[in-house]
Amino acid sequence: MSLLEVRNLTTAFQTGRGEITAVEDVSFDLNEGEILGIVGESGSGKSVTALTIMGLLPRPPARVATGSVHFAGENLTNLSDSRMQHIRGPGIAMVFQEPMTSLNPVFTIGDQIMETIAAHERLPQRALFARAVEMLEKVGIASAATRMADYPHQLSGGQRQRVMLAIALVCRPKLLIADEPTTALDVTIQAQILDLLLDLRDEFGMAIMLITHNMGVIAETADRVIVMYAGRIVEEAPVATLFDSPRHPYTRGLLECVPSLITERDRLIAIPGTLPEPIRRPPGCRFAPRCRFAQPDCAAGIPPLLRLAPGHTAACIHIPEQ
Amino acid sequence: MIGIAVRRLGSALPIMLIVSLLTFGMIHLIPGDPAIAIAGLSATPEQIANIRHDLGLDQPILGQLWRWYANLAIGDLGRSLLLGQPVVQVMLQRLPVTLALSAYALMLTLLVGLVSGIAAALRQNTWVDQAAMVFAMLGISLPNFYLGLLMIILFAVDLRWLPTGGYIAFTTDPLGWLATSTMPAISQALLLAGLLARITRSTMLEVLRQDYIRTARAKGLPNRRVVLKHALANALIPITTVVGIIVSLLISGSVVTETLFSIPGVGQVLTQAVLNRDYPMVQGGLLITTALLVLVNILVDVCYALLDPRVRYDGA
Amino acid sequence: MTAPEEIRQSPFNVTLRRLMHHRLFLLGLGLVSIVAIAALLAPWIAPVDPNKLAMRFKFRPPDGDFIFGTDNFGRSLWSRVIWGARLSMFIGSAVVLINAVCGTAIGAAAGYFRRLDNILMRFNDALMAFPAVLLAIAVTAVLGPSVNDVIIALGIVYTPRTARIVRSSVIVLREMEYVQAAVAAGAGHWRILRRHILPNAMAPLIVQLSFLFAYAVLTEATLSFLGVGAVPPTPTWGNIMAEGRQYMIDAPWIIAIPGVALMITVLGLNLLGDGLRDVLDPRLRIQS
Repeated sequence: MSLLEVRNLTTAFQTGRGEITAVEDVSFDLNEGEILGIVGESGSGKSVTALTIMGLLPRPPARVATGSVHFAGENLTNLSDSRMQHIRGPGIAMVFQEPMTSLNPVFTIGDQIMETIAAHERLPQRALFARAVEMLEKVGIASAATRMADYPHQLSGGQRQRVMLAIALVCRPKLLIADEPTTALDVTIQAQILDLLLDLRDEFGMAIMLITHNMGVIAETADRVIVMYAGRIVEEAPVATLFDSPRHPYTRGLLECVPSLITERDRLIAIPGTLPEPIRRPPGCRFAPRCRFAQPDCAAGIPPLLRLAPGHTAACIHIPEQ
Repeated sequence: MIGIAVRRLGSALPIMLIVSLLTFGMIHLIPGDPAIAIAGLSATPEQIANIRHDLGLDQPILGQLWRWYANLAIGDLGRSLLLGQPVVQVMLQRLPVTLALSAYALMLTLLVGLVSGIAAALRQNTWVDQAAMVFAMLGISLPNFYLGLLMIILFAVDLRWLPTGGYIAFTTDPLGWLATSTMPAISQALLLAGLLARITRSTMLEVLRQDYIRTARAKGLPNRRVVLKHALANALIPITTVVGIIVSLLISGSVVTETLFSIPGVGQVLTQAVLNRDYPMVQGGLLITTALLVLVNILVDVCYALLDPRVRYDGA
Repeated sequence: MTAPEEIRQSPFNVTLRRLMHHRLFLLGLGLVSIVAIAALLAPWIAPVDPNKLAMRFKFRPPDGDFIFGTDNFGRSLWSRVIWGARLSMFIGSAVVLINAVCGTAIGAAAGYFRRLDNILMRFNDALMAFPAVLLAIAVTAVLGPSVNDVIIALGIVYTPRTARIVRSSVIVLREMEYVQAAVAAGAGHWRILRRHILPNAMAPLIVQLSFLFAYAVLTEATLSFLGVGAVPPTPTWGNIMAEGRQYMIDAPWIIAIPGVALMITVLGLNLLGDGLRDVLDPRLRIQS
């Protein structure tokens, strides 16, 4: 049994113009200690997948239409609020893209770390403080004990993301979801944070679900990769396989324009066209309108994920011909 | 903290200077001869001359201005023509009444306004939200004297629960104070609670959308703590500034409420002064009340800094 | 979210269409229209002189003969309330007009010409430091109790508030690139203000003016209720209620009816303001 088992997950949003699916029929596993990369353009459904797992989407308008998320054997999609609160933190923790706005501006960072521990463990104040300082040191904040009294606005972006990591990891989660953790940071800081993430994984042994649109970040860190497009998984493979022999045209497009490792921010798409809006997705393969290999039969139906090798699947009906 | 208070006091000085100048100039804006306006058409020339002399209107304007500020410096705002007492003394008698009533109304406003605003935001688009907002809309659209009249008819005349008016000081009889102050305070608070509920709701909705709220939830904090600690601490910052406005509206409202319920406060004495052309009383009362409001706003700014570390540290 | 079909239309049409779908705005529009039409048609729908005394008809409750009943002098409350609506609407419109002209002029001058900003805003702040109703009654104490004096008093009280809002918009707009471009192209101050800045400062101003109309009507009623507004027997809602106050137990309709009229007017204007704010300037929601 894997740590996280997502099966046929579909997350729908109620909008003014009917219901749209942001995530559709997504299935994957994540094992203990493993780093799973999820790649895709913004709007591909990767963040919604993460927030669905965390149960952090506002309901309504969001709802889990079909499928299940099992974490350590427990189905998260129909858990009570209070049970879910106990999973968040010691079970699954999350860091977000925007360190500048993800910390509460009116409380000290020490308070924000300590209250995380206090929400899950009964500890005296002094023990809370010691644990928080220890964690701050682990994420590389110098003179941690004095920085406990700092407010977020007194820290740089990189330091704030370190504090976010401290908050996420202070309860020793089994799974860390990192949603674009370096995107908002300067290039040099990005590398430091990624290194830190890997060090922490080695120390704590948690699994990581790393969401990014940056193939360079994936190459550096992930064990296995899922590529998403317009709400669906289009390819899944071990990281070496994906980079050596990508099979889905979308993945190939992504790799052709990989910026040199993590230097170039954002612009990874040299594929012509844009992601279709959820309400006007084409019939059949959603990538077909932008695909240079597209045939008329691509519009016939949504292509199923084909198993190409152990652990390698792709959703394209014309793979053999390419 | 002290730095902010000092700086705000500094910026309040020019405002108070202009306020005092405008208050001084008021009497000279009276069309025609102010002394005749005060004495009335049937007054004898001697009476008019006396008034002119008493108010210093027979002196050149710069001399009058000099006398105004010289007297201000020693805390002398002249004598009320109607009551025959020094204006400062009248205000010292009347202010505690208005302040006690305003404090009561402010408490009710904060209680009702904050609770209904927060409840509406947390239950956005449900019946709770709609009920709170209908209540708030009616509150801000209901003139406080109309509400006061309706309350007098219902609670004082029909049900005989409370007296129709009058005032008993808290220090004399706390229960009597409560009995005489409750209707006036409610008639003031309903309008302001509506205003505050609307602002609280929109501020809370804005705060609840912020990333740090998502972080707080992702940490596994219980919902109550996310709302009451993380959201409220941030929402209170902009709401604080509204409290300054509410206090100003309370003082404005006291004019009506005190007249309606026969409460001997500042509002009532100033209305009487206006009706009787008691200009020194109008001038002095306006100046003192406005100075108090400016002070309240400085206090509000200090609270703002207390609540927001970003301001606190920049201003230190 | 902008619906694709809206993109092709002019901004004005889009605004209008959204307003027409805003239910509370329509309710407000309906309420205000009723009052406004009654005010306009007063000479025809309420032909009885509102000040005509008829002691033999005094204290008649609302019935078939007297729709709104009569007061202690036997005056028709229907006539008095309708003519009161006319005065309320007139005073409200006049105060809004004063604010639109003077508030915009002062706000634009302060926001656009940095040198004027300090002095104008100090005066503005000083006027805003006075409690609104207290300042209004003080001004009427000085000027006198007539309809025109009440309008001037309310203008003095509320114009600084409008000027402040216009100034904030102008300060933001002044730094916009297209304005800077116009400056670089050598356009004169007047032209820049008129062509580039003021049209874009309209949305918050319109929202402010619709709420201001409500305040003006409310404050005018308060002043006349206190006896410092337009002198009795001028038929203002505040005067009717002040006179009816001593008979409120035996003849409650004398205060109830103008009170309801006042409430409908203020409620309608507030709903209008809310609707305009939602459609024109969603960011203002915070300050409401």
